Amino acid sequence: MRAPDHPVMSKGDVLLAVENVSLGFGGVRALTDVSFDIRKSEIRAIIGPNGAGKTSMLNCINGFYYPTEGRITFKGVKRPKMRPYVAARGGIARTFQNVALFKSMSTLDNIMAGRSIKMHSNFFWQLFRHGPAMKEEVEHRRFVEEIIDFLEIQHIRKTPVGRLPYGLQKRVELGRALAMEPELLLLDEPMAGMNLEEKEDMSRFILEVNQQYGTTIALIEHDMGVVMDLSDRVVVLEYGRKIADGTPAEVKNDQRVIDAYLGVAH
Amino acid sequence: MRQRKRSHAAHLSEAGRPGRLTSLTTAADARADTFPKLLARNARLRPKRTAFRHKDLGIWQSWTWGEVHQIVRAYARGLQTLGLKRGGKIAIIGYNRPYLYWTICAAQWLGAIPIPVYADSVADEMAYVLAHAEVTHAAVQDQEQVDKILSVSDQLPQLQHVLYDEQKGLRDYDHSRLHSIESIVEEGRARLADAQEAAAIDLALQEGRGSDLAIILYTSGTTGRPKGVMLTSDAVIAAAEIGCDFDKLDETDEIIAYLPIAWVGDHIFSYAQAILSGLCVNCPESPETIAEDRREIGATYVFAPPRVFESMLTLTMVRIEDAGALKRRMFHFFINHANKVGEKILNKEPGVGAWDRLLWSIGNVLVYAPLRNRFGMTRVKVGYTAGEAIGPEIFRFYRSIGVNLKQLYGQTEASVYITMQPNGEIRADTVGRPAPQVEIRIADNGEVLYRSPGVFVGYYKDDEKTAETKTPDGFVHSGDAGFFDQNGHLKIIDRAKDVGKMRDGALFPPKYVENKLKFYPNIKEAVCFGDGRDHVAAFINIDLVAVSNWAERNGVTYASYQELAGHPLVYDMIEKHVDEVNRSLSSEPRMGGAQIRRFLILHKELDADDGELTRTQKVRRGFIAERYAPLINALYDGSSEADISTEVTFEDGRKGVISARVKIRDMKPYPTTEPGSVLEAAE
Repeated sequence: MRAPDHPVMSKGDVLLAVENVSLGFGGVRALTDVSFDIRKSEIRAIIGPNGAGKTSMLNCINGFYYPTEGRITFKGVKRPKMRPYVAARGGIARTFQNVALFKSMSTLDNIMAGRSIKMHSNFFWQLFRHGPAMKEEVEHRRFVEEIIDFLEIQHIRKTPVGRLPYGLQKRVELGRALAMEPELLLLDEPMAGMNLEEKEDMSRFILEVNQQYGTTIALIEHDMGVVMDLSDRVVVLEYGRKIADGTPAEVKNDQRVIDAYLGVAH
Repeated sequence: MRQRKRSHAAHLSEAGRPGRLTSLTTAADARADTFPKLLARNARLRPKRTAFRHKDLGIWQSWTWGEVHQIVRAYARGLQTLGLKRGGKIAIIGYNRPYLYWTICAAQWLGAIPIPVYADSVADEMAYVLAHAEVTHAAVQDQEQVDKILSVSDQLPQLQHVLYDEQKGLRDYDHSRLHSIESIVEEGRARLADAQEAAAIDLALQEGRGSDLAIILYTSGTTGRPKGVMLTSDAVIAAAEIGCDFDKLDETDEIIAYLPIAWVGDHIFSYAQAILSGLCVNCPESPETIAEDRREIGATYVFAPPRVFESMLTLTMVRIEDAGALKRRMFHFFINHANKVGEKILNKEPGVGAWDRLLWSIGNVLVYAPLRNRFGMTRVKVGYTAGEAIGPEIFRFYRSIGVNLKQLYGQTEASVYITMQPNGEIRADTVGRPAPQVEIRIADNGEVLYRSPGVFVGYYKDDEKTAETKTPDGFVHSGDAGFFDQNGHLKIIDRAKDVGKMRDGALFPPKYVENKLKFYPNIKEAVCFGDGRDHVAAFINIDLVAVSNWAERNGVTYASYQELAGHPLVYDMIEKHVDEVNRSLSSEPRMGGAQIRRFLILHKELDADDGELTRTQKVRRGFIAERYAPLINALYDGSSEADISTEVTFEDGRKGVISARVKIRDMKPYPTTEPGSVLEAAE
């Protein structure tokens, strides 16, 4: 699904680079001069206290916001101002902090919706669900079924997602993002509000997506145990600025990070 | 995963043919006395009939008998390259998957012994069984099971190779001793392209004998360590035949395989009988999708423990209460009607009026048939429940809506079949007549002993236990106490070790008597005493909901539970119930001595918070005997009332003391019909 004009990337190359990015809303500065990179096939965590600008960062990456200053390059190409669906076609998929699914649609239909950007047959055939549209749908359905199998949600295939418990909705949302076969998957607090068992399941899925499909993952998460276990590298934000960047072990022992999380006597 | 199945099909059409022909001609010569031989017979008799289905990626993938035969044959060769030999042991761990059933067959092909293990057992339990059985190989479903085995591998020095069905998550594992089943089948298939190899594998099949061990099933072991029950091919085939003949199973039947493969029931129903009669085995997509899968398949042969039937019914009842008023009333009207005549119609009993029949037919269209469809029982020829006692109302419910549900009594040591219910002789309170070819006798202590062609060889590496369980003349101690009623039906009353003896030697099965009492809605709980005593006495707990309802209708006023429980009219009512229980006991062989002579109604409800019940609402007899010692003394010293004060724990954790004067009633026993004679089973 990679556009032919992009260079083929291998593990460890810089997939996405954030360079001196600042973002302001009127007088409020959400991000100030943030730089870091995300390498191919790694799990990159973005952490920080509440209001540190993590979600704003994610929004910049997937094209929902456009940085006031600085630039973001994805696969060596500077990101122009774009609409999120263009970003999605470019290979960036995301899940949301508050689940954003079609509540009255089934699990299957929600994930199929994620697949729609891959569908090419024209409106006429799709309307009659015939000819090339049918063939295409069968192929996509198969792919979606593999995701359903992968995420172990066969039993809710036909259940409207609005009736599902939160943990499962999160899983469906991940499924929809996976249906886009993204190169970069952005997960905004994938484990918020989950119990321990659900967190373990979700961690397993994230690791498997990363290992099995080589998908690069950037995630925001508050559960430090999860972050330390899952991620290869961690970037820490505080008040819109980057205060640390490195392996989980390095970050954990960084004085500035400790201060940011535990507070410091002035 | 889909890819894998396609590749099988492709291989079949190319490489498979010549090999199959040779194996079939040789298989035809000998009597099929092992399951792999029966599989070869199926491939010859019904090569194109569907043998197995597995729902995968939302679609029922299927394999014909011809295909299964080729896969198992190649798999057997593949296992040989991994060093599995005649007499070797291979563990099988996972949910019901075609490849795991085929592992059983491929192992038997080589004369190795498959050992299915409960998939949900924790690593330590699993380690015990695997070490005890000395398994050298293990075939498992997925990463979860692989992880479990790896975590205890230091306890399993004999284990050489682990095979898995699902690749997911296992990509980065060290594959020196870990293999996908698929790759082993491919390996075998490649080798079998050579004619000499093919002849050798077919020879291995012919070397199998019916007297060889077919399988070792570890009993789940609620008490102590699990024991390995060794069964020969002859025994398993003979037992499977009993069931197939009894219910006339054939290749058109369908079964859903969803119970643990390590359990004898699943092994007989989903493996032995499937291969023997050629019926189709359907493996659900996942444990959570069974209800939906069951509906899609519409099995003709169903097996489920009582709790499955119970939960289906409860779910239906809950949903109906949420339905619209019209639907709800229609449902209740027709279910009530079915309660009255449904079972008689199913049993083809005379005496059902034309109007009632018509009404039932209307109900069938409007309610019963849609319900059966919901339950996935539209095509059920026969359904079985076993394992524990099923509630009579639940049992009758399914029968009244036209599901031919039956009970059977079986054990791992018997390859299931001990007693079965023939058509037209189905009752909720008995487990039926001795199955064909099964002899039953009842020991003096009430224990049921049986002898059948399906009886086990012994417990693996436990001669002492084997000698305890098997008599020299081949009878097996079931561990259950029971008796035959007037119609020759076996009734199981309790675990034999729980059955007490009274001073005059009469049997005292506490649970049996208590269950009879609890059958009355007014009685919530009952505790009977009598072991080592002169007579039986009982504590009774009234059911507050039922009895207060009764009090309202009968103008009985009361201020508290204690007052209601001690009310003379309540005593009169309970006395009637106890009297009926006594009459029923007196009419049953060997139960007459257990009639209740004295009873009292407890002033408080037995409660788990006070330690009187377990959290699963089972009576803690010993604790109660201690706590209420003054009341028990009074029951046996002839006094007409007794004082008791007990500490109680309130819901918020505070403690208080309840004191009461409890009255005791005397009962007149009925004369016993036949004193102590033992009814032998009629063959």
